[in-house]
Amino acid sequence: MSDILVSEQSAPGPGGSGRPSGRLLEVDDLRVEFRTRDGVAKVINGVTYHVDAGETLAVLGESGSGKSVTAQTIMGILDTPPGFVTGGQVRFHGKDMLRMSDEERRRIRGEGIAMIFQDALSALNPVFTVGFQIAEQFRVRRGMGRAEAKKRAIDMLDQVKIPNAKGRFNNYPHQFSGGMRQRAMIAMSLALDPEVLIADEPTTALDVTVQAQIMDLLAELQRERQMGMILITHDLGVVADVADRIAVMYAGRIVEEADVYELYAKPAHPYTLGLIDSIPRLDEKGQQLRTIKGLPPNLMNIPPGCPFNPRCPMAQPVCREKVPPLLQVGPARASACHFAEELVNRV
Amino acid sequence: MGRYLLRRLLQLVPVFIGTTFLIYWLVWAVPGDPFAGKCGERRCPDQYIAFMTEKYHLDQNVFVQYANYMKNLLQGDFGQTFSQREISDIILTSYPNTLKLAVVALAIEAVIGLGAGVLSGLRRNGFLDNLVLVSTLFLIALPVFVVGFVLQWLLGVQWGIIKPTVSSEMRWSELIVPGFVLGSASVAYIARVARTSIAENRRADYVRTAIAKGLPMRRVVGVHLLRNSLIPVVTLLGTDLGALMGGAIVTEGIFGINGIGRQVFRAIITKESATVVGIVVVLVLVYLVMNLLVDLLYAALDPRIRYE
Repeated sequence: MSDILVSEQSAPGPGGSGRPSGRLLEVDDLRVEFRTRDGVAKVINGVTYHVDAGETLAVLGESGSGKSVTAQTIMGILDTPPGFVTGGQVRFHGKDMLRMSDEERRRIRGEGIAMIFQDALSALNPVFTVGFQIAEQFRVRRGMGRAEAKKRAIDMLDQVKIPNAKGRFNNYPHQFSGGMRQRAMIAMSLALDPEVLIADEPTTALDVTVQAQIMDLLAELQRERQMGMILITHDLGVVADVADRIAVMYAGRIVEEADVYELYAKPAHPYTLGLIDSIPRLDEKGQQLRTIKGLPPNLMNIPPGCPFNPRCPMAQPVCREKVPPLLQVGPARASACHFAEELVNRV
Repeated sequence: MGRYLLRRLLQLVPVFIGTTFLIYWLVWAVPGDPFAGKCGERRCPDQYIAFMTEKYHLDQNVFVQYANYMKNLLQGDFGQTFSQREISDIILTSYPNTLKLAVVALAIEAVIGLGAGVLSGLRRNGFLDNLVLVSTLFLIALPVFVVGFVLQWLLGVQWGIIKPTVSSEMRWSELIVPGFVLGSASVAYIARVARTSIAENRRADYVRTAIAKGLPMRRVVGVHLLRNSLIPVVTLLGTDLGALMGGAIVTEGIFGINGIGRQVFRAIITKESATVVGIVVVLVLVYLVMNLLVDLLYAALDPRIRYE
């Protein structure tokens, strides 16, 4: 079990700590804001997490919590404008990607870090065959000839268990079913054998039975290749089977990070507690679903103190004044709550 | 695809018959004596009128006239002008000139229009983008004859860079300025459509995917972005091609080019009905074929379009 990098989230200032740590990929005190006509939205406010080879980190959060923007910043596909990185580092093998040249970053994409998107239908180019889009990487990045690239692409389609891969090579994305498209997307992202795979809500657009198949496939491929995987999701059910560690995001911050079993057994943050409580349960049939009251904060106007305090059932005066830093609350777990100790130690 | 093509070709038949009949009917229905002024100051001799009436079946109803005309046409006989010149001769000598001019205009539209559109679409609100927006607005607002006369006067007369008119050899180099004049408005439209299309698709998910795959930027733009953005541009270019091949009365007039536009204009003025019909029949045919080609091109560009 890996230990947890703890950062003072309230500490201002860009740059991050910059200390080498031998980690595969680490995000360190990342800050991103969106400058729009209506004002500045602080989307990422000091996110710190890391992933090592062979492990799966799940990043959990509601829509707008900043989980996808963090991933886009890592990949260098953040839309600028309106998005601007205002501080922090993204280190790959200890080297800050945010200070690299465009060319250096491009080489990392696909080969070092690859990404799977939520909606494979719009993420695949509609006017090129699936085979072309996979083979393209072998041709452009590996300098292979047409025939060899095609062979490798068919091999990739086989690996993601697409039946009749050879015949499917010349199909267009719209000729695939939803699940097949996501498989093709996975084949494409794994073509260059990346060290880290970021899966941004890979199953959200799929129906439930297909969701399970895709998650199983991802977990299997991750194990086989010993990749580091960042699984972005808002679905607690998806996380439980696949992830080693979970980082919970709220209003552009990590509010809790823990081993998957510990997080479910004993959440150390009221927000996590609320999320777990709101999972529908079979043994409580007929009762009203529990929810977290209120809405996520407006990112242009985040409340002072703990951003969760207006919705928090445990909120005290201190929560409205001081931002709780992400602090270690036990072996390999951290929480950004003034009352984390009480939560963890309750029986 | 084969079945689609066959169906489209069969569709051309009624369209062709309908349009040519309408044209035939309208042209001969123009009020006025077709033989007035054909014989100088005097009235034409009765013999001549009788001969011509017989030749063009003018004493019979329009359906019979049309049927006779089509019968000859299908055998490749376009008929003769009132002065007994073969109409097919006129078409054969003037149409290549029009085609040449159309090709130059189309090339200018495609290269300049698409180039300006892509560059400005990639960098919206930049200097180049604003330059393109203002200059295209200018070109759209100016009528062709103003652009034509101004460029002819400025480049041909004042600065002497080009010859003011095109020689009968129709050299390609001489056609650049007339080609630009002919395509000036379309260049502007194409630049604007390409700009919007590129700017829209620039943020598309599949472009983001292409970047995330680590492809070089020129491949992302040149392959993934361009192919998708080209579809509306091709529509515009295709319809324009039909129009360009229909001749350019104004441009051909300004630069003294012996093209089909000038011939049809002259024929209308002099009430050479048979000539007008003959030329327009050819133009209708060209237009129909061009439209078919554009439709087929869609399928090549966008595989989601299925023709079955």
